[in-house]
Amino acid sequence: MRLVVDLNKCQGYAQCAFLAPDVFAMHGDEALIYNPHAPEEQRERLARAVAACPVQAITADGLDDRGDKRDTGNAGATGDVQEASDGR
Amino acid sequence: MVADYVDWLRREGRIVIVGASLAGLRAAETLRAEGFAGELTLIGDEPYEPYDRPPLSKSVLLGKASPHRTELPHRREIDAKWRLGVPATGLDLSAKRVRLADGDEVEYDRLLIATGVRARPWPKEEEARLDGVCLLRTRDDAADLYQRLKAGPRRVFVIGAGFAGSEVASACRETGIPVTVAERAGAPLVGALGGVIGAVAADLQTENGVDLRTGVTVTSLEGDSVGRVRAVHLSDESVVEADVVVVSLGSVRNTDWLAGSGLGAGPRGIACDAGCRAFDFRGIVTDDVFVAGDVARSPHALFGYQFLSLEHWGNAVAQAETAAHNMICHGADRRPHLWMPAFWSSMFGVNIKSVGVPSMGDQLMITQGSLAERRFVGVYGHQGRVIAAVTFDNTRWLEFYARQIERGAPFPVEYPTVDRRPEGRQPVAADFPDPSLPTHGPTVTLSGYSPADQQLVFHPARH
Ligand SMILES: Cc1cc2nc3c(=O)[nH]c(=O)nc-3n(C[C@H](O)[C@H](O)[C@H](O)COP(=O)(O)OP(=O)(O)OC[C@H]3O[C@@H](n4cnc5c(N)ncnc54)[C@H](O)[C@@H]3O)c2cc1C
Ligand code: SF4
Repeated sequence: MRLVVDLNKCQGYAQCAFLAPDVFAMHGDEALIYNPHAPEEQRERLARAVAACPVQAITADGLDDRGDKRDTGNAGATGDVQEASDGR
Repeated sequence: MVADYVDWLRREGRIVIVGASLAGLRAAETLRAEGFAGELTLIGDEPYEPYDRPPLSKSVLLGKASPHRTELPHRREIDAKWRLGVPATGLDLSAKRVRLADGDEVEYDRLLIATGVRARPWPKEEEARLDGVCLLRTRDDAADLYQRLKAGPRRVFVIGAGFAGSEVASACRETGIPVTVAERAGAPLVGALGGVIGAVAADLQTENGVDLRTGVTVTSLEGDSVGRVRAVHLSDESVVEADVVVVSLGSVRNTDWLAGSGLGAGPRGIACDAGCRAFDFRGIVTDDVFVAGDVARSPHALFGYQFLSLEHWGNAVAQAETAAHNMICHGADRRPHLWMPAFWSSMFGVNIKSVGVPSMGDQLMITQGSLAERRFVGVYGHQGRVIAAVTFDNTRWLEFYARQIERGAPFPVEYPTVDRRPEGRQPVAADFPDPSLPTHGPTVTLSGYSPADQQLVFHPARH
């Protein structure tokens, strides 16, 4: 699942880091760093973090449906995107 | 008539977006969310779908995210035709056509330009080609730099201590890599935040083990016999051995493809009105070409109608939403792009955020906390008004100051504030460098307001 945090909005309340520690971590007192690509097994924790963020700073897709609804089908480069993971 | 055109456009018109990154994607989503049912095409020269850049200099370099997996989540389906991996090479305004590098031409009824900026390369081409000389703008750049950092270089050399360069230095120190940073100005972040805050950033770097060299410029990069970079020569005659050099000299606006198109596009970006409509080179506003994101320059009522170029993530999102909205609605329903500039960065474990336009500030007051503790709010004043604020690890107060800026609240800040220290009773000079001298990392560029500004030059294409 993909996610992005609007760090202008983020207040460093750390709820997300508490609920999904493998995706979000505090870096120092109030800076948040996160992995924009959460693995499938983090689905539930991520959903909880998104819901718990007091300023709704987290946007994630693919949370409610399992199917890949992204519509890049016409892109010549879609194949590259799929293969681009370096496996980490 | 005009109303009919908009209705027709919404139903079956063709909208083309050039630049398939943050601004392009968010604009596409907004167009669909607001009912655009026509044909939507996104053209991007990178062979990837839109991805997020801020993590590239933060979690990616720390090994906490993959450079290949920062694709932006989509807010909704956008049912678009994607032309990725192919740059736009020209624009024909009268025929309403975008030319692509593969020879194709794409016709539009309305066009959004969101081609952003690219990293300014090291000016000496031969030196720039040396193995180990890196830039950081794209995911490929980040993947390359990450691999090099992982390989355990003896020393990394960062040219330019703006936000990006400072973030790279921070990642190096956190992963135990020796790093030297060279900055032409007197301190890091000076172009963006001024010398007073820059001094705090300098302490932060040296305390974390960065070999910081300020007031110097890099004169040349030296390669070895097989074309790998091995040393950096500085204006003070010193030589630093390094096997990775990160060139962090700010950015160049991606407007070259518009040369000769008649659009008001140049090295300072594409000028547009507050409604995101591009100006042509005569300064006359177009009505079917819109601009958003890092490539745009637009007047802002809160800041004396100066044209602001904001290389800020939040600006790209907000301007894309406004541009998309304005593209498909009637004149009276259009909105101005009146976004309060906001920026964040983090380095050495400190969260740095700002609102407003710090570089317009002449004076600075530390209204809460203290510089020495690196937890403070700094408020910038300009002509008796609060014009910007910066926080180091004090983000929760920023919203309050954003409201002060909107209200044009008086400066100096006289009212009592939480955690006011003696050092914050009097304003001091914010200490920005002379704007005519280039520094490495301003994130806001002001231009075109003063009547003395004669920089509007049209450069027709050679052919
Ligand atoms: C390493 C890094 C860290 C950052 N950190 C922060 C941060 O902490 N906080 C913050 O506020 N901002 C940060 N930013 C800035 C933020 O990422 C940008 O403001 C944002 O990406 C702007 O989005 P954009 O869509 O306008 O432009 P871009 O993201 O630059 O996208 C423009 C796209 O258009 C493409 N393009 C260019 N020319 C053509 C052409 N002729 N034809 C087709 N396509 C073309 C480009 O390749 C690119 O894909 C950071 C940027 C970088 C690089
Ligand atoms: S819960 Fe929200 S505000 Fe708190 S740290 Fe996470 S993203 Fe930021």
